[in-house]
Amino acid sequence: MKDLRLMKGNEAVSEAAIRAGVDGYFGYPITPQSEVLEYLMLERPEKRTGMVVLQAESEIAAINMVYAGAGAGKMVFTSSSSPGISLKQEGITYIAGAELPCMILNVVRGGPGLGTIQPAQSDYFQAVKGGGHGDYKLIVLAPASVQEMYDFVQLSFDLAFKYRTPVMILSDGAIGQMMEKVEIGEQKVRLTDAQVKERCPWATTGKDANRERNIITSLDLDSNKQEIFNHKLQAKYKEIDKNEVRFEEIQTEDAEYIFVAYGTSARICQKSVELAREKGIKVGLLRPITLFPFPHKRLLELSKQVKGMLTVEMSAGQMIEDVKLAVECSIPVEHFGRLGGIIHSPEEVVEALEQKFL
Amino acid sequence: MTEEIIIAGFGGQGVLSMGKIMCYSGIVQGQEVTWMPSYGPEMRGGTANVTVIISDDRISSPIINEFDTAIILNQQSMDKFESTVKSGGTLIYDPNGITRHPERKDINIYRVEAAAEAAKMETTKTFNMIVLGGFLKIKPIVKMENVIAGLKKSLPERYHHMIPVNEKAVKRGTEIVEEVQMLN
Amino acid sequence: MAENKINNDIVKEENLVYKKTDLLTDKALSYCPGCGHGTAHRLVMEVIEELNAQEETIGVAPVGCSVLAYEFMDIDMQQAAHGRAPALATALKRLYPEKYVFTYQGDGDLAAIGTAETIHACNRGENITIIFVNNGIYGMTGGQMAPTTLPGMKSSTSPYGRDVESMGAPMKMTELVAQLPGTYFVTRQAVHTPAAVRKAKKALKKAFENQKLKKGLSFVEIVSNCNSGWKMTPIQSNEWMVENMFPFYPLGDIKVPEE
Repeated sequence: MKDLRLMKGNEAVSEAAIRAGVDGYFGYPITPQSEVLEYLMLERPEKRTGMVVLQAESEIAAINMVYAGAGAGKMVFTSSSSPGISLKQEGITYIAGAELPCMILNVVRGGPGLGTIQPAQSDYFQAVKGGGHGDYKLIVLAPASVQEMYDFVQLSFDLAFKYRTPVMILSDGAIGQMMEKVEIGEQKVRLTDAQVKERCPWATTGKDANRERNIITSLDLDSNKQEIFNHKLQAKYKEIDKNEVRFEEIQTEDAEYIFVAYGTSARICQKSVELAREKGIKVGLLRPITLFPFPHKRLLELSKQVKGMLTVEMSAGQMIEDVKLAVECSIPVEHFGRLGGIIHSPEEVVEALEQKFL
Repeated sequence: MTEEIIIAGFGGQGVLSMGKIMCYSGIVQGQEVTWMPSYGPEMRGGTANVTVIISDDRISSPIINEFDTAIILNQQSMDKFESTVKSGGTLIYDPNGITRHPERKDINIYRVEAAAEAAKMETTKTFNMIVLGGFLKIKPIVKMENVIAGLKKSLPERYHHMIPVNEKAVKRGTEIVEEVQMLN
Repeated sequence: MAENKINNDIVKEENLVYKKTDLLTDKALSYCPGCGHGTAHRLVMEVIEELNAQEETIGVAPVGCSVLAYEFMDIDMQQAAHGRAPALATALKRLYPEKYVFTYQGDGDLAAIGTAETIHACNRGENITIIFVNNGIYGMTGGQMAPTTLPGMKSSTSPYGRDVESMGAPMKMTELVAQLPGTYFVTRQAVHTPAAVRKAKKALKKAFENQKLKKGLSFVEIVSNCNSGWKMTPIQSNEWMVENMFPFYPLGDIKVPEE
């Protein structure tokens, strides 16, 4: 029989992590994601699987603990919400620079600054364009349901270890706080230290006689070598762009207009599609599941079929730039979105479509 | 079938947990469910509300402005949510503490004197279960046996001895809910 | 060729009085001639060798002069962002509780930008060893004022001497962490004389051995010189250190475990 539970998005991430055999979590409380740490502490994962859970002194310390754990070949993650993710950027760029696999959850709230604790999608640029200093990218997954919050934990680690790269789950306060039905997976056994050594021959697992010492660093003072390394990183991102694009389409077959939306906005747009079609407007939805890599190819194809696209984001319009690039500005692309923690209603989205295109 | 519900009242009235029990009941009978609370400073003492959607199909937006049913448990919530009931929809309220009763003519209105009834039971904590009973009488979207199963899943083991009294409260709610205004 | 032959004649087992530990790589140290880092590196590696713990040790390098410590230490190492080494060590030790984990940090790294990480790792009583090389200056970036720069001491960002009123007083980080319940062994050492080196090595060995007791964090400060940053000859800098640094940062154990 299926193990079905009613869980908050934040809790689903924590349970998924325990089940995936994750080795460590390092975090710091911030609304609206504190349930991740609270749930883990309550569940005693050190008893369930031996997983380490630590409340760090700051977001900065937490991400650096993740850096170390990842550098030692372990499955580790951290979570935070927007202001805390800004603090973590230092560690994230080091992790990208040292090519380490890990997961970072951002349960986005409105900004800038301390902003609000209500949901927003205004960290898109920060998530998909790098975020910290240097030429790097994260794989960015955008769950639109509590089930996807659960499922994307395993997916994150699969991708992170496949490419030796940090993966971000870009969620928001609505998905973090809402409860939905979640199908719980099997309990995986955590890897032994010997298995970690085998899986990650590059990790600092202790230098034995059979190999040279392993060093985890992002430093190379020789610019020629640093350039070569940067090209290697870029080649990896190209490979990711080629292999890992994920998206979902709803009623695009006969669509004359397309909503492009991810996460909570995509859920809202699903209803907007229903409402608009009741009015006789042929509209569909493209929901990017990966924000990097972005479904640019499919958007370009769709641009040949539709009259216009409306990006719907709880931001002043960030993803719209990637959509415009994807369709090479061949058709009108407009933006609609509420700001500062306000969530747009499905009706507002339909009105925006009518105003901008009809 | 898709039922979109708002439950609104004071923090401490069991608004959020009533929503959870509905959702668990839905899960037990194989439906899709979404529970979307208002969160933040409001959580701590003030008003509390939660949107519950139960559906046979995949649920689209968890954020909605119009509801099939509003369950209203204080005056502030009446002021805020009476207007959000879809035309032809349903409003259920507890008249306890209500100074301005619902005025809409295009919706079905029911009252359930849950606070008064809870005071007569072993524990006033059954208040929200009486309201739930009232709702289920009007909108039997989940079967009673699944509500009990939902209660079991929703409550931590140490509270399972409370299930019979809660079950009694739900049944009582079905008995005392009264029609105020019925559309044809 | 002739020269080599002569050397080979001299370098014989029976003539050897000193041999570099195999745990130091053959790479030439990047430190200025006369700097204490080289000796401190050697001591740490000798201790690990004596513990037969090359395979069981993970080190964390900081940002500062010793940013490239991993070039010289033949063990698995991670290079931390500026100040974050104790956070890294915390995670490494939690995930590998049976390994020896240490950080090697300078004063800017440990006592300025990494103060929070240092204090909290100490306070949690992580079973790690922190090696804190204090030379009262930012050496790597060219001699700027550090949190441990002495009052009146000149640096490139205190060109008229550290003015305590406007720049604050130097910080005694080691005394500070000794106050925390999570520290088990806290000591201040130096490496400027053979006697000091022997004492420092003993302290370092104890600091590593303590990890097996799982009773808290061991913290070893090494007061050192920076002849380049202080703009002195190596000998002058050691003399200046004895006259000026030691009175303010007195050597000796600050917190010792009860027997």
